[in-house]
Amino acid sequence: MQKIGVFVCWCGSNIAATVDVKAVVDAVSHEPGVVYATDYQYMCSEGGQSQIRQAIKDFGLTGIVVCSCSPRMHESTFRKTAISAGLNPYMVEIANIREQCSWIHKDREDATEKAIILARTAVAKLNLNRPLTPGESPVVKRALVIGGGIAGIQSALDIAEAGYEVDIVEKSPTIGGKMAQLDKTFPTLDCAACILTPKMVDAASNENINLYTYSEVEDVSGFVGNFTVKIRKKARSINADICSGCGVCTEKCPSRKAKDEFNMGLSNRGAIYIPFAQAIPNVPVIDREQCIKFKTGKCGLCEMNCPAGAIDFKQQDELVERQYGAIIVATGFKPISLENFDEFSYSQCPDVITSLELERIMNAAGPTKGKLLRPSDNTPPRTMVFVQCVGSRDTSGCGKTYCSKICCMYTAKHAMLIKEKYPDIDVHVFYIDVRTPGKNFDEFYRRAVEEYGVNYIKGMVGKVAERNGKLLVQGSDLLADDQIIIEADMVVLATAIEPDESARNLATMLTASIDTNDFFTEAHPKLRPVESPTAGVYLSGVCQGPKDIPETVAQASAAAAKVIGLLAKDKLRSNPCVASSNEMLCNGCSTCENVCPYGAISYVSKEIRSAGKMEVRRVAEVNEAICQGCGACTVVCPSGAMDLKGFTNKQIMAEVDAICR
Amino acid sequence: MIFSYYPGCTLKTKAKELDEYARKSAKVLGITLEELPDWQCCGAVYPLAQDEIATRLSSVRALVSAKDVDRDLVTLCSACHHVIKRVNHDMETNEDIRTKVNNYLELDEDYRGETNVVHYLELLRDVIGFDELRKKVINPLKGKKIGAYYGCLLLRPSKTMEFDNPENPTIMEDFIRAIGGDPVIYPYRNECCGGYIALNKKELTQERCNSIVASAIEKDADMLITACPLCMYNLDINSTEQKLPVYYFTELLAEALGVK
Repeated sequence: MQKIGVFVCWCGSNIAATVDVKAVVDAVSHEPGVVYATDYQYMCSEGGQSQIRQAIKDFGLTGIVVCSCSPRMHESTFRKTAISAGLNPYMVEIANIREQCSWIHKDREDATEKAIILARTAVAKLNLNRPLTPGESPVVKRALVIGGGIAGIQSALDIAEAGYEVDIVEKSPTIGGKMAQLDKTFPTLDCAACILTPKMVDAASNENINLYTYSEVEDVSGFVGNFTVKIRKKARSINADICSGCGVCTEKCPSRKAKDEFNMGLSNRGAIYIPFAQAIPNVPVIDREQCIKFKTGKCGLCEMNCPAGAIDFKQQDELVERQYGAIIVATGFKPISLENFDEFSYSQCPDVITSLELERIMNAAGPTKGKLLRPSDNTPPRTMVFVQCVGSRDTSGCGKTYCSKICCMYTAKHAMLIKEKYPDIDVHVFYIDVRTPGKNFDEFYRRAVEEYGVNYIKGMVGKVAERNGKLLVQGSDLLADDQIIIEADMVVLATAIEPDESARNLATMLTASIDTNDFFTEAHPKLRPVESPTAGVYLSGVCQGPKDIPETVAQASAAAAKVIGLLAKDKLRSNPCVASSNEMLCNGCSTCENVCPYGAISYVSKEIRSAGKMEVRRVAEVNEAICQGCGACTVVCPSGAMDLKGFTNKQIMAEVDAICR
Repeated sequence: MIFSYYPGCTLKTKAKELDEYARKSAKVLGITLEELPDWQCCGAVYPLAQDEIATRLSSVRALVSAKDVDRDLVTLCSACHHVIKRVNHDMETNEDIRTKVNNYLELDEDYRGETNVVHYLELLRDVIGFDELRKKVINPLKGKKIGAYYGCLLLRPSKTMEFDNPENPTIMEDFIRAIGGDPVIYPYRNECCGGYIALNKKELTQERCNSIVASAIEKDADMLITACPLCMYNLDINSTEQKLPVYYFTELLAEALGVK
C-alpha cells in the first residue's frame, strides 16, 4: 500500500477563486492510500516545495499528488522536489485543476466538484505507480540546421563558434534566404547585403560548418541526441570541386526564358545560373527544365566554354546519411499567392507589384539597377500608392487571420526611401492600423509621416483599375468619412507572409507540431519559445511565426544556445515511460510494429516456457532508446501484451473508475 | 434534357428579347426549358432583414414547384437569379427562416433548399460546356470586340452565389470566345451600374455608368453584353458621355447559333 501525500495549490487566486481548496483537501484525505493532505498559496514557491519535502520525510510518503497547474508547466519542478527528498520522480502525479478546471469554469461548486474528481483520479493512478529509472543514451556532437537564411546562418555560426560541428541544409542553390533579396533594412536603413554577405562568408569559411546547398531533407529518424537524417543533394550538373565560379557559362547560355527567382521574376536568367553575385557557394546550377541540352540534346555551349571542364550533364542526385544530436528548423517564409485578391489587379497590371518586388526594383543589383521605374513601360512614377494588410488580418477567408508583423515597418521604409531619393513623388499609404512596437520603430514611422510627408490614409482599398496607363486606386478614407480615388502610377501591395511550403512535410518527418497556419509550434509560448515540443528539435526565425530581422537573429541565437547546452552533455537521460511487451501474452501478430511511428518495435524468436514446455515463439521487443512512449502499440495490441510504463492499462482503468465513481 | 425555367416579370415586359433568344437557343442546344406553371415575382430585391419572411415566400414557391417535378431550376434575369439563389441558401442554412417559411406555407413536406438553382450562363458552362457550344455555332461573331458586363448581382456575395471569382470573373469571356467573338477585358466589368439608385440619385448612376462605358471603350470594346435588364437599362439610358451598344448575351448567342 502506498503512503500518499496530496498538496493542493491555490495558485494565488487563479485556482482558489473558483475552487474551494479546503474542500478538495477534505475530500481527498479520505481516499485510499492518502495519509496526508494540505493546501498552500503557491505550491511551486520555495515555501511550498519545502512543505512537500518535509511531509515526505515526516510521513514516509511513497508518492505525492500535486493539484496545481498543467504538468507541462511544473511537473518537472515537483519531480525535482521529490528527488531532493529521496523520492523517485515518477512517484509524482499532477492533477491539473487550473487550466482544465478553475480557468474554464465560473461556478465555484461545479469547479470544486471537478477538482475533487481530478484529485482522486490522480490518487487512484498513483496507487499503482512503480518507481522508474531513466536509461541513458549518448549524444552525437553535431547539429543540423534546416534552412540557410539569416535565421539558419546565425544559429549555425553560434553553434560552430562554441566548437560543435553544424550542417546547413538549404534547398535553393545558395544560402542567404529572403534577407539577401532585400535592399535596405529598417529602422537603421543599412544595406541588407552589406550586413548579410559577411555572415554568409563566415558560414562558408567556418571549419565547423558544412553547407549542403541545393539539398533537401528527405527522411528523419531517431530521437534527441541521436537523429539519423537522409539528405538529398540535388544534381547541380556542375562539378563543384573544380568549378572556379568564373561565370563564363552563365553568360554564354543561350536560353533566356526562365524567370529569375532572385529578382522575383522581374528579369530573366539563363538555364545555367548563379542566383546573385555574392551567392554562396559561388557555383552555378543548371535548371534542367530550361536547359536546351537537357530538352533537345543539342547545345552544350556552357560545356564548350567552361575553362575548368566542370560541367557535368550526367551528374546524379546524391543521398547522404548523417547523424545529429539536435536539429534546428529555420525554413522561413514566403509571400502568399495573390490569386484571392484580384481586386488589386496584381495579375492584370504589371505596375501593381508586391513589396518584395519593390525591394528588387530599388536594389542596385536588381532588374532596373536601382532606378525606380514602372515595370510596364520603364518610366519613373509620379504617384505611388502602398496598400498594407493585403491578406493579413483577413477574416473573409481569402487571406490569413494573423498580422504579418513586418509590413508596417517595411512600408514606412519604402515610403521614406522613395521620398528621400525622389522627393517629387507623391506617396500614399492605405492602412488598417499602423503597428510599430520595437526599438526605434515608432520614431521611424513618425519620421516618414512628419519629415518626409508620406500621406497615410486609414482605410482599405476596394479596387485598382487601369485607365489610360494609370492605376485608379479606389479606397475609403475612414477618418474623413470619404470614398476616394487616387490616380497612381504604381501600386505596391504589402503581401501577407506564410510559412515556406516545405514546413508541413518537414513537420511530419520531425514529428514536430505545426498550427493551423503551418507555423511550427513552440513547446511553451512564453517559457520555451525556441523549442519544439519534440525533444531535440528547435525553432529559429519565421518558421515559428512572423518576425523581423532583429527578432529572427535573437531567436536564432537562442535556439543555438539551447542546442549548445544539449551538445555539451555526453549522455542524455531517456524517458523511462516507454512501452514494454509481455512475452507470455504476445501472439506475434506484428500489429504494434506496423503502428509504431518511431520504428521502435521489432520481432525476435525466443524460447519461452509455456505450460511446462519450452517452445520457440515470435515476440515483440521494444527498443527503449527509440520508443517515445506514445502508447499507440498498447491500444492496438489485440492480446493486451503491450503496456506503457508509467501509464499502464491498469492505471488508466483505475483513473476511469475514479472519474466514474 | 428538361429543366424548370423561371423567366420573371421583366422578361415578360421590358426584356422580352432576353427571354425569347434564350428559349430559341436552348432548343438548338437540346435543352427543354419548361416554364414553371404558376410562377410569381421573385420578390425583386433580396431582403437583408433576417426577420422579413413575406418577400421570400414567392421565391420559395418557385423553388418548391421545381422540387415537385424533381428538376433543376434555370433562371436568366440576374436579379431573379440573385434573389432565388440567396433565398434558397437561406432555406438550406438558416433554421429560423426555414421554420417560419415552412410554417406559413404549410407544404406537404418541408422545403429545405433541395432545388438546384442554375443561371443560364452556368447551364452553358457546366451542363452543355463551352467546347460543345462552340461546335454548334454556325455563325461565329468573328472580329466582334465584346465587353462582358457582369454587374454585381450574379457575382456577389460570392460565397452564396458560387458563380465565379467576383474580382476577376471569366465565365462571360469564355462564353464570348465560344461564340467566336473577341472578349475585351476591362477593369470596371464587375462594378455596380448604380442599380435602383437611378430612381432617386440619377447623377450617381450616371457617374457609374459613364465610368463603366469609358473603361470598356478605352480597352477597345465595340459593344457590351449583359444578363441583367436593370444593368441594360442603366447602361443604355444613364451613360451620358460616351455610348456603346448594349445587348443581352442571349441575343448574341441566338445570332451565333443562327436562330435570331
